[in-house]
Amino acid sequence: MNVLADETKLAAMVNDLAAEVKQDLFPDGPWAIVGIRSRGDVLAKRLADKLKPDHAGSVDITLYRDDLSEIGPQPVVRTTEIDFPVDGTNILLVDDVLMTGRSVRAAIQSLIDFGRPRCIKLLVLCDRGGRELPVQPDYVALVLDEADQQQVEVRLQPTDPEDCIVIFPDTAKSTSKE
Amino acid sequence: MAAKSSDDYAWSHKHLLGLADLDAADIRFLLTTARGFGEVSTRSVKKVPALRGKVVANLFFEPSTRTRSSFHLAAGRLSADVLDFSGSSSSTTKGESLSDTVRNIEAMGVDVMVVRHNQSGAAALVADSVDCSVLNAGDGQHEHPTQGLLDAYTIAQRTGRDGFDFTGLTVAIVGDIAHSRVARSNIHGLTKLGAKVILIGPPTLLPATFKAAGCEIYHTLDEVLPRLDVINMLRVQFERLTSQAFPSVREYSALYGLTTERMKKMKKNVVVMHPGPINRGLEIESAVADGPNSAILQQVTNGLAVRMACMFLVQGAQHTEN
Repeated sequence: MNVLADETKLAAMVNDLAAEVKQDLFPDGPWAIVGIRSRGDVLAKRLADKLKPDHAGSVDITLYRDDLSEIGPQPVVRTTEIDFPVDGTNILLVDDVLMTGRSVRAAIQSLIDFGRPRCIKLLVLCDRGGRELPVQPDYVALVLDEADQQQVEVRLQPTDPEDCIVIFPDTAKSTSKE
Repeated sequence: MAAKSSDDYAWSHKHLLGLADLDAADIRFLLTTARGFGEVSTRSVKKVPALRGKVVANLFFEPSTRTRSSFHLAAGRLSADVLDFSGSSSSTTKGESLSDTVRNIEAMGVDVMVVRHNQSGAAALVADSVDCSVLNAGDGQHEHPTQGLLDAYTIAQRTGRDGFDFTGLTVAIVGDIAHSRVARSNIHGLTKLGAKVILIGPPTLLPATFKAAGCEIYHTLDEVLPRLDVINMLRVQFERLTSQAFPSVREYSALYGLTTERMKKMKKNVVVMHPGPINRGLEIESAVADGPNSAILQQVTNGLAVRMACMFLVQGAQHTEN
């Protein structure tokens, strides 16, 4: 296990991302930051504290997954919190790690069930490649080489005991959360 | 990656036949899952694709409006297709056996069967006859697990027990306990979650055998009222009362009816529940049923979330049992 970013570096990455988003803040209409549970929402909260969007929320994508029949025991269903009108709102969707793109697809579908956003942009902390759907992030802090096929884990307080990004060179397990 | 709290737990029940079969961890997991589904019903588009392409058969061999509608809507909100089947208009009246009927329906490609029947054990018989998942929506005097679950969910909501730990709560169930499947499911569910359950009813309708389930038994209502955090008033089920076990309606109402007067003897924030349909003026006075302590409509609302969770979990269970 190698540490790619410790607490200080991770905080700097979040700061850089926030600055980048701030440069092209949505010019028209209200905007919202929405995190994908259960790490993206923590990241979204941190960005929201810095960027003060009009709204903030989180989505749980369990019910929108396309692999429910394949992933073993039924996952924990958490609540989705979108308590603002989605119609006409610009949404910045936030997740920790982007891999296949399936989580993002599910999150987009979930958001669209709430209304018609004006646009949706995607921010991720780490892009580890391996896309199975045509999904690209608009903002990304760390890009890893897909060929390395490592397992990447973003750990964020308070979900985890510490703030860091770690990488496992062992490819045996492919249980990484995307 | 799963949340830490769920690391060691996996739902393993292919069927939900009664709360007697579940342990506290199962019940808590199910109710926590239901919380995730509660929000779906508050959206403008009340639908998630979790059971898209699955078929839920609603097999109601006994009349029901609320439970049937609740299951129907719950399945719809999960994007399942629903087959509605009622016993009175079916081949059961032509002499076909229950297991033959359900095997035929399963042959049409059904993933979850919801079964309501007036015979205790009918849901278990169905579960033995088919390969799909079976949800008991009430079988005779045996169990009505989804009612027991939605009652527990409502109690947790009203008393702020977010972790579904009912230690220290005192819950009374009042009425015809002997014939009540709602009472049985409540007793199993509530005691497993840590609550103290008090049963109250006429001696003819409340056999002392219920003491074995760990409940206190009383035949008068007034003496226990000040102790209660929750009071669940059962419906007087005239359709099941064929004997002389039941006192006169007036006597029952005077002894066991929940009136405004009795409310004054209870804790200010006592939660009043009723599985419905209510007989106004008999087991519960209108002013109480519609009053601020009443959680009756909240129970109905929560029924949807709980049933969505049940369908979602049983159809996706890792089939380690059976």
